[in-house]
Order: sequence, then C-alpha cells, then structure tokens
Amino acid sequence: MSGLQVVVIGAGPAGVRAAEALVAHGQRPVVVDEAPRWGGQIYRQPPPNFKRAKRLLYGFETGRAEGVHGAMAGIVERIDYRPDTLVWNAREGELDLLHRGRSTTLPYRRLIIASGATDRVLPFPGWTLPGVYSLGAAQVALKAQGCAIGSRVVFAGTGPLLYLVAYQYAKAGATVAAVLDSARLGDKLAALPALLRQPAVLAKGLYYRAWLQAHGVAVHEGAAPLQALGSQRVEGLRWRDGPREQQLACDAIGFGHALRSETQLADLLGCSHAFEPLQRAHLPQRDAAGRSSVASVYLAGDGAGIMGADAAEWAGERAALALLEDAGVTVDGTRAHVLEQRLARVATFRRGLERAFPFPVDWAANVPDDLLICRCEEISAGELRAAVRDTGATELNRLKALTRVGMGRCQGRTCGVAAAEILAHASGLPIDAVGRLRGQAPVKPIPFSAGAA
Amino acid sequence: MSIERISTDVAIIGGGIAGASAALFLRRRGLGVVLLERDLCGSRSSGVNYGGVRRQARPLNQLPLSQRAHGLWGRLRELIGIDGEYVRSGHLKLARSEADLAALEAYRELTRDSGLGLQMLSGAAFRTRCPWLGERAIGGSLCPDDGHANPRLVSPAFARSAQRLGADIREQTPVLEAGHDGQRFVLRAGGSLEVRSEFLLNCAGAWAGPIAAMFGEPVPLTAGHPAMTVTEPLPMFIDLNLGVEGGGIYARQVARGNCVIGGGDGYALDVSRARAGSGAILAILQQAGELLPALRHAHVIRSWSGTEGYLPDRQPVLGPSATTPGLIHGFGFCGAGFQLGPAVGEVLAELVCDGRTSTPIAAFSIARHTSAVPIPA
Repeated sequence: MSGLQVVVIGAGPAGVRAAEALVAHGQRPVVVDEAPRWGGQIYRQPPPNFKRAKRLLYGFETGRAEGVHGAMAGIVERIDYRPDTLVWNAREGELDLLHRGRSTTLPYRRLIIASGATDRVLPFPGWTLPGVYSLGAAQVALKAQGCAIGSRVVFAGTGPLLYLVAYQYAKAGATVAAVLDSARLGDKLAALPALLRQPAVLAKGLYYRAWLQAHGVAVHEGAAPLQALGSQRVEGLRWRDGPREQQLACDAIGFGHALRSETQLADLLGCSHAFEPLQRAHLPQRDAAGRSSVASVYLAGDGAGIMGADAAEWAGERAALALLEDAGVTVDGTRAHVLEQRLARVATFRRGLERAFPFPVDWAANVPDDLLICRCEEISAGELRAAVRDTGATELNRLKALTRVGMGRCQGRTCGVAAAEILAHASGLPIDAVGRLRGQAPVKPIPFSAGAA
Repeated sequence: MSIERISTDVAIIGGGIAGASAALFLRRRGLGVVLLERDLCGSRSSGVNYGGVRRQARPLNQLPLSQRAHGLWGRLRELIGIDGEYVRSGHLKLARSEADLAALEAYRELTRDSGLGLQMLSGAAFRTRCPWLGERAIGGSLCPDDGHANPRLVSPAFARSAQRLGADIREQTPVLEAGHDGQRFVLRAGGSLEVRSEFLLNCAGAWAGPIAAMFGEPVPLTAGHPAMTVTEPLPMFIDLNLGVEGGGIYARQVARGNCVIGGGDGYALDVSRARAGSGAILAILQQAGELLPALRHAHVIRSWSGTEGYLPDRQPVLGPSATTPGLIHGFGFCGAGFQLGPAVGEVLAELVCDGRTSTPIAAFSIARHTSAVPIPA
C-alpha cells in the first residue's frame, strides 16, 4: 500500500474499475476479494483448469466480461491483490480479514466498498427441498462449475435474471420445463417508456424471452410457485397461473425476486442508511459520485443499491475519481461528469425495471403459517406472526430477539427480506417502518482457527 | 402539544429485568405503576447479556439476594408465562492450576452455609464428568442448581407480565427531567408526558448515574461492554454453564445447539450502543478452542455486546436514596445482574410497600459512594 492507503473491497465490475482508475492516478490500492478469481458474481470465472469458452459462459456479456477481466489483468502487478479473502469486520481505519482460516488486520485511510449483491429470496412451500436453488446459485453452478442444477428445471420469481438464467440453461442443454414470472404482461408494457432509456439492455431482455418461446419453453406471466413437490428431493412443482392451479414435473427449481445489496460492511462502518422505495430496501446513502455519509468511505456497484453490472463499472470508476478528488488529486472532471450522466440514465431505466418486474407485494399476505422463513434457525411464518401478535413487536431487531429469525448462519442475508415483509404485514405497518437488521460481525461465519495464536 | 399527565403510586425509570420485575411485584401488591423505558423493555443489558443464572462465585454479601432470586427463578413460568429456556444445568467454575483449585475450595468453605451445595471436581472424576473439556482445565467447582436462560426472552417477558397485571408501560419514552416538588416526584418524559408519583425507582442500569445526580447523590458509575459470541448449532456437548476461575471466557450451550461464549471487553459505539470488537472476538476464539476442543472445527456466526453499569467496588446500588425519601435505587449490577433481577424487583417492591426488606442489602447502599447532603426542601 502506498500514497493514499486505499483499500477496495470486491473485485467485481465496480471494484475492478475503481482499482483501475486508482492505478491510473499513481495509486497502489489493496484489492480484497472473497472469490479466488476476479470478476465478481456476474463475471465470475471458472477455476483455471476449466476450458469452457467465455462466449458460452457469458453470452451477450462476453465483451463486458472480457473488458473487466482484462482491466484487472492489466493492473494486477501494480496493486496489492488479495483473493480468497473475506472482510469479516470493519471499523474506522481498519478491516479484519480472513484468509486460509487466519485473521489479520488491514489498515486503510480511504475505502471503496464494492461488496455486490445476492439473491432476494421470497420463500415458497418446499423451498428447502434439495434441488431448489436461488437464481444466482443456479447461474453460478453453470458459470463457475459448468454444471446445471438439474436436467429438467423450472425457473420462478421475477426480474431480468429470471429470463437470463433460463436462457443460459437452455443454451447449455438443460430442459427448461417452464419460466414462471410473477410479473404480468401489463407491468412490462407500462414500463416500456422507462426501459427505452437503455434500448440495448431492453433488446437483450426481449431477446432472451423471445428465444425461450421460439425454442418451445413455456413462459407464464402472473404465475407463482405454490409448492415444491417431492419427499427427498424435488420431483415437481405445483404452481398458480392466475387463478388456476397447475402441476409439472421437474428435478430442480431456480427461483428469486431480483437482487439485494450486501450492506453489512457499510453498516458496520456507520454509513447512514435510508429506505429506498424503488428497491424496497434500506440502503447506505451515497451521493452521485459514490461518497457515503462517512468521510473516506465510498460506495460503488450493487452493494449500495442494485443498478446492474454496466452501472457498477461506471460507479466504481466514479467513486475512485471522487476519492482522488477528495484527496486533492487532479482528475478529469469531464470524465467524472460523463460517468454521472450515465449513472443517472441507468437510474431511470431501473425505475422501469421495477415497474416491469414489480415486487410481489401480496407475498406476505398469502404465505401459509407453516412456511419456513428462516431456514438456519427453522422459524416459520406462523411463529413470526404469533410473536407479533403476542408481544406487539413492530421492529425487525426486536422480532429477531424474540424469535431467532435472522440469527443463524446467514445472519438474515437470506431470510431478512422475507421476515421484514411478514412483520410489516402482521403488524399493519408499511415496510419502511419495520427497520432493518443491524449488522454484527462477523459478516460471514469465521472458524475458531481464526483465533489461533 | 398538549401534555399527558399521569398520577400514580410508583414511577419506575428503566424497563430492564430489575425495573420490570419491580413493576410486576408492585402490581401483585396492588400499587399503581408507571414504567418509563427509553427504548424497548429488556432490549439493553437485560436482553443481550450472556444469560448466566448463577449464584456461584458471587461475593458473599450478594448470596442472600442471589438465593432469593434462585427461588424466584424456580417459579419463572408462573411469574412471566414462559420458561425462557431456563435450565438448572449446573454451573462449573473451572480451575487451570492448583492455585485455582485452592481458591475454589476456599470459596466453598466460605459459602458452606449459604445453600449453594458446591462440589469440588478434580482428577479422574472430573475427566469422566466432563470428557469434552480440554487439558487446560484440571478441575472445578460445581454448583448443581445454577444454570442459564435466554435473556432475550426472559427480560421482555417480565415487562409483558407486569403489563398484563395493569402496569402502565411506556416504551420509547426517555425521562428528560426528574425532581420532587415537596409532595411528589415529578417526571417529564418522552415528547409530552408528565408523571407524578409518591415513589420513584431508579432502575436505569448504566444510565442511572444522571438520575441519581438529579437528586444530589452522584455515583462513580461507569459503562462496561462485555463481549459475546455465538456459534452455529452444534451437537449437544456442553451440559453445564461454564466459567473460569480468575476470569477468561464463559460458555453455555443452548437447546438448539448454539454455544454462547463470552469473554473480555468490547467497546462503546456511542452512549447506548456497543460492539464486541475483533480483538475480543479473536481472544474468545483462541481461549474457547483450548478449553473446548470440539469447537476447533466450528464457526462463530455472530458477536455482540451491551452497555452495563459498573461501580468501583463491583457491587450494585440497591436501596433507599440517602437524600430523597421515596426514591429507591436498583442499578449497577456490574455485569452480573440477570440472575439477581427478579429478587431486586421483589426487594424494591417490599421497600415501597413495607419500608423494609427481609433481605440484607445494607452493603449496597448508595451512601457508600456519596458524601451526600440532603437537598433542603
């Protein structure tokens, strides 16, 4: 580390572009990444000995993926790159890292958090059966390991990823039994004006959908999974097509409702959060350049609000320029302006996407009491509802204290969204009023060996 | 904004286990109670502590109060309507040296008539009883009827139970001003609440100092932040609440299988929030790995801390004010108040109703810390 003592957390599109801009301005940042190879989730690389062509792995995104991979390859000798390293705790001026089971501390003066996103999961009955995966996990299996989650797969939920993953599976040779989108056609038509702000992205989305239908894949809109069937593993899916119940055979299900930001590190560092209605989430606040509420902490990419991979690249570069500007380094103001304009356009497009693939706001009202919400601690919807009824709990951390929801291995990263929805519905409060789970170290589980002298 | 005025027999500041159980026992004696809690009842130290319910290792002068609490814990379900995961697992204080064993033996001698029933374990009998303990531990002192409970559940349940009996519980209602107008206590709280009462109980935990100071008896109360961690669920193996002679870690395993392990100090984020800190977390991991070898392949999934009130002599303040008749304190339990909580509440209720208590508490008088001069009326 030298100069401004910058640490970049994450080596996805945002982290890589941030590091690249820092290097271009004479800095040697530390780049800490949980994955063994750079690229993030979206451009995740398979292990080095896997030979599947990038064209097959990334499809339309091949150029983008190669751009990010190439950018990192071009700077890796000029940065302090720490792959396979989890940032498990953060406080002002210092990060705690876990690498090969050992904990070390890493000081910083300036920090860019590009922590990315995970699936936003709304459980349905049977979702804990072997063979049920999140959409992101289904995609990772294909991209990183070259294997499919099943040979006859149903994809359900909503969001652009739904069609992308279904398309990728079909292209890879899996049978896609059906695509069940909870959004309706009307939602998408209403969203068209906003989506036209990014016509290329819109065209890709339409292409996936058209391709699927042209290849005989049934695409149902206004549809939702009701129950994954099977005793030891998934054998089928009962689902609802508008008012009608249907059933189909499958050996795997991929589901998800768009993405959620990984905000724990920003939270641990005290970045102020605000409820963002569009994303239906409490997110760390950032200005147009990526400055958080905490001096010296910058936010880029999906970790501070879902904007997609292209925007993550721009936000990463913009945050790095902001960091440099704030440190008194001269940067190209025109470039910074162009990046901000692009990000503003994406924001409009994002509004369109949320309109096209709306969050199923009636989800909490319809789930049965025996549905498992928190699979780590095995807490059902009924238990959450009973706690609200019996104790008057109206705040998510209180509900956690009383029921253990969100207290398990995932620390609410998987179940937190669903628990908040159940709490809001059961208490009659708007979703923004029930709060958010407080971040608590470790961000992910750490082994006892981390404490070995 | 119009002011809401309430008149009652007893106002209680603080909805932790002490204040909430005082509310419960006062309602059982039929007195009017208003409890003012600035956050949520049982959400601070009372709800986030380790969960130890032990008498062993307390100073001798706390044992009568602790024994009284032991009896109340035995009636927990009757008192609060839930079992709160309370188990009388036994509490084992571990020795890592012959000197530790000697200290534990000396404590057993001193407490022989206190009803703790301590049993010394060492040698083969110790290994047979606790085969899951590492070589660092060479013996210990077992208090068979001590145990542990879930503070997240128990402490809020005391407040709910008091509320069911008619206590007026006001959450998210911080006390802004407290005084006495010559006839009654007058409290201004929250946005627009004014409470007048004949008695005032100061059960404000780590934040009780300013309340005492308002009545002319400042105390050297400081905040401490014990660090806690918890593992993923593991097969059951720790069937005791564990402590270590001379300090270090303490550990218990809950019915679900998670091991709760505390030790060392965290740090304050601000006046009301605290975190464990990575130094304390890593020290816990290291020590627990030595003492409990089965943990070596386990993971810690969460850490936390709280804000607890400490006095220099590591004894609580419990008893009447030295300056103001009708004001009674119950705070500063120095990280060991969870077990005492129900008895503290019952003693406070006795002091209000009877003007005296059957439990010796003279050692905990606030006067030991203050050269207080009564405020002229």
